[in-house]
Amino acid sequence: MGIRTLVAMLAVALVVIGALATQESYKVFMPGLLQGAVLTIEIAILGSLLAIVMGVLAALARMYGPAPLRWLATVYVEIFRGTSALVQLFWLFFVLPQFGVTLDAFLVAVLALGLNVGAYGSEVVRGAIQSVARGQWEASTALNMSRPQMLRRIILPQAFVAMIPPWGNLFIELLKSTALVSLITLSDLAFKAQQMNQNTFKTIPIFTLVLLMYLAMSLVVTIGMRLLERRASLGLARGKAA
Amino acid sequence: MIWDWAFAFEILPVLASAAIVSIEATLIGFALAASLGLVLAVVRIAVPWTGWTISVLVELIRSTPLLIQIFFLYFVFPKFGVVLDAFTAGVLAIGIHYAAYCSEVYRAGFDNIHRGQWEASVALNLSAWTTFRDIIIPQAIPPIVPALGNYLVALFKETPLLSAIAVLELMQTAKIIGSETFRYTEPMTLVGLFFLAMSLVSAALIRSLEGLLNRRTMR
Repeated sequence: MGIRTLVAMLAVALVVIGALATQESYKVFMPGLLQGAVLTIEIAILGSLLAIVMGVLAALARMYGPAPLRWLATVYVEIFRGTSALVQLFWLFFVLPQFGVTLDAFLVAVLALGLNVGAYGSEVVRGAIQSVARGQWEASTALNMSRPQMLRRIILPQAFVAMIPPWGNLFIELLKSTALVSLITLSDLAFKAQQMNQNTFKTIPIFTLVLLMYLAMSLVVTIGMRLLERRASLGLARGKAA
Repeated sequence: MIWDWAFAFEILPVLASAAIVSIEATLIGFALAASLGLVLAVVRIAVPWTGWTISVLVELIRSTPLLIQIFFLYFVFPKFGVVLDAFTAGVLAIGIHYAAYCSEVYRAGFDNIHRGQWEASVALNLSAWTTFRDIIIPQAIPPIVPALGNYLVALFKETPLLSAIAVLELMQTAKIIGSETFRYTEPMTLVGLFFLAMSLVSAALIRSLEGLLNRRTMR
């Protein structure tokens, strides 16, 4: 979908939320839901930051690290990609305390989601680095650059552009996964929805608002990543001519 | 003792029978996703004016959390007098969610068919139905099987969400064992290992399937 369509969808979603919020039967739910949305956004942002750090570290470790580090990174990636996010969340929340490590639910949420998405992200980073044309590597070698220099100055700036769209998808995945934290007692948007639904049985108004809110948040991420991509690919000869 | 082998073996049969529910949910959910996704993709091509509606619908489904969709279906249907049991509502939600993803995969498959194939079908005066059934689909599906396979694995890994509406699948069973015995280590770890094993095995299967398809469609 084009960026204009996405912006139009976001505008429609926001207008509908605004219009519903003026209705008496919807208004009562707004303060609670907005409170939940704030927690959702906090977890999504912190989780995404952790995911980026883990993704880059794991990818570099797998590509250039010494054998033990490479092995460790591979195990990390396979475990977190091979099991469900919910299983990871519950494992950190219920099992870790039995080993004497009790983490706060918020920290568990950020850790589980960040590590989960980071594992997928490491493959994105690896793919993007490998997609940089071989001539670029050869030219950097010919210019007698050291490996860190090569990565920092030549390869990563080009790989960065290729990473943006898949990372955008991962951020959306992470944002959607934050709904899972409602199952470990955090009162995020999904939790508030559940709670209000159980108290009032006003299922349709509550869930309509919640779905629209998640939609709006996802669209903000998608649009932001599109703009970032456009900005980052300025001056690079890649993709279709504008 | 942090890990109790005797306890682990004791709960294994219970978890194994719960695993069957998870696998059932996966298979039914994926059958729904694959067929509904195909319908969406075909309708989009066959009835041009639906294109915009379908892409908005797909975008809506893909940008909201599956958990909320599961809750929504589970709690909303009774409002219209249709009471679905938790398993049906959950599988329906998972199926619809993944149908949105699958329809994009099919679309990519259709987009890769050479335009000449469509034109030749028109020239031969084939009906739209015959064109799809005998010309387009047999060529479009094999290349996208691995992509669909990846979604099958992804869908499988989402089935623990059904525990949120108390379907007695693996996760819910592990949680119940945990809350009854206050031992979470063994059930949760076993569930994790089960998913890990299944994912690794299916990833290997998909890779070999991919190799097989590449060899068969090599021209």
